[in-house]
Amino acid sequence: MSKDIIDYAVEVEDLTVAYDAKPVLWEIDLKIPKGQLMAVVGPNGAGKTTLMKAMLGLLTPVTGAVRFMDKESKDIRFMKKHIGYVPQSGSVDWDFPATVFDVVLMGCYGKLGWIRRPRKADIELTYTVLKKVGMEDYALRQISQLSGGQQQRVFLARALAQEAEIYFMDEPFKGVDVQTEKAIILLLKEIKEQGKTVVVVHHDLQTVPDYFDWVTLINLRVVASGPVEEVFHEDNLQKTYKSTKTLLGSEV
Amino acid sequence: MTAILSLLNDYTFQTVALGSGLLGLISGVMGSFAVLRKQSLLGDGVSHSALPGVAIAFILLSSKNTEVLLLGALLSGLLATLFIITIVRHSRIKFDGALALVMSVFFGLGLVLLTYVQKIPNSNQAGLKRFIFGQASTLLSRDIFLMSICGFILLSLVVLFWKEFKLFTFDSDYAKSLGFSPKKLNLLLSLMIVLAIIIGLQTVGVILMSAMLITPAVAARQWTNKLWAMVFLSSCFGAVSGVVGTAASSMIPKLPTGPSIVVCISIIVIISILAAPGRGILHRMYRHRKNRLLYKLEGGQINVPTI
Repeated sequence: MSKDIIDYAVEVEDLTVAYDAKPVLWEIDLKIPKGQLMAVVGPNGAGKTTLMKAMLGLLTPVTGAVRFMDKESKDIRFMKKHIGYVPQSGSVDWDFPATVFDVVLMGCYGKLGWIRRPRKADIELTYTVLKKVGMEDYALRQISQLSGGQQQRVFLARALAQEAEIYFMDEPFKGVDVQTEKAIILLLKEIKEQGKTVVVVHHDLQTVPDYFDWVTLINLRVVASGPVEEVFHEDNLQKTYKSTKTLLGSEV
Repeated sequence: MTAILSLLNDYTFQTVALGSGLLGLISGVMGSFAVLRKQSLLGDGVSHSALPGVAIAFILLSSKNTEVLLLGALLSGLLATLFIITIVRHSRIKFDGALALVMSVFFGLGLVLLTYVQKIPNSNQAGLKRFIFGQASTLLSRDIFLMSICGFILLSLVVLFWKEFKLFTFDSDYAKSLGFSPKKLNLLLSLMIVLAIIIGLQTVGVILMSAMLITPAVAARQWTNKLWAMVFLSSCFGAVSGVVGTAASSMIPKLPTGPSIVVCISIIVIISILAAPGRGILHRMYRHRKNRLLYKLEGGQINVPTI
């Protein structure tokens, strides 16, 4: 696989982000290839979530640029409608007065833009994506009654309702049981088959080779980024986690 | 009965009740958003911060017109809100800290200016004190007109931006990722809450105004799990206590209107917190007892120490 002919979905150039004086990301250069399932891996506090938020434009970097490659348009406003986001489920108050349906419907708001109300097509789409994540029976359930895994699936469905080209997911497997994890990964692979790009913050090193095609190892800087078979080995992992212990079970 | 009937026909009562009801309705709607955004105390901060504006408006323009004084209150309330938002954004001080800071400075300044105003000849207090505790009986039909216009604007904005407010209140980061600027929405929503507070100052005053904003919303949240139902119920609770509070103060001599409205809404909130199905304390106690009983019937040990 020669890197020159790859179509890139996202290009990050010289990105530096700091909270107060301390840099959280330092001169990140990263290219995310189109149509790949990519894991972002790194220790706690390595800046994984920050990288994702910076790429989404949710925080202002010190320097650097994020470019979304699209033949039709490079306008960021246009692009926003093509980027799906699954935040960490702990980032919202689940006691908010809303049903599962209400939350998933929010995924359609981006396409609608200001003021316009959801149409029949949006409501149908909401039920379709709820079915995809296996939550159709919970549509009218109050969101405070959901388990952690169900909350994750609701957020996933909400992102699916965006019908985006690129998906950013911040730990979608957190608090999810083995069965649901398998179901979600099948769903992500299905999205990928449609030529879409999926970027996932991931914690379980053992499952990376099974789940993903591409991996980015970060710890303040990008340690390595590339196809899993080329990049994901003991050497790079020890560099990322600054550890001398063996991190991969039976690998390498 | 005849007392109530003659009261209902009384023009002053009609005006004041209409004003208080309107105020309850508007603050009920806006308060729902303030409570859900965990900014319940914003109302308290803004209303206290409006006081120096009232005094300054009087000193500069020497006018006793409610519109003029409320304009001063509006500007000063807005200034305080902007200060709070700026402090939160550009420092490590959290919302509650910034609020307490700004509120106390503004309210202190307001009291100082009020003392100064009393020394101005021909001020005869200018009725400025009514903004501290509120004096609903001073409501005139033109005040009601002003309130109606503000209320209409606020309700239209809520209907128009319903989807955006809901999204932003639930998950502001996600709203931003969809292209809805949280900065603009935050500013708009804060401005709307400020406006709702300002129009209530004359009726219930700076000290009790936050109760009008928060209490109906807290009560409404107990009864429903839907946002639209919460906003609707909250506005009903506000409006009902506005009217009932006014009636109570008209029938019982020397009972001030503002506080009696607040007492009325407080009774609603106490009932809601205790008795609402699902979220109410009584219902939860009942469920707990029932579960223990079921457990016992199934043969469980009831005296297992709980840690």
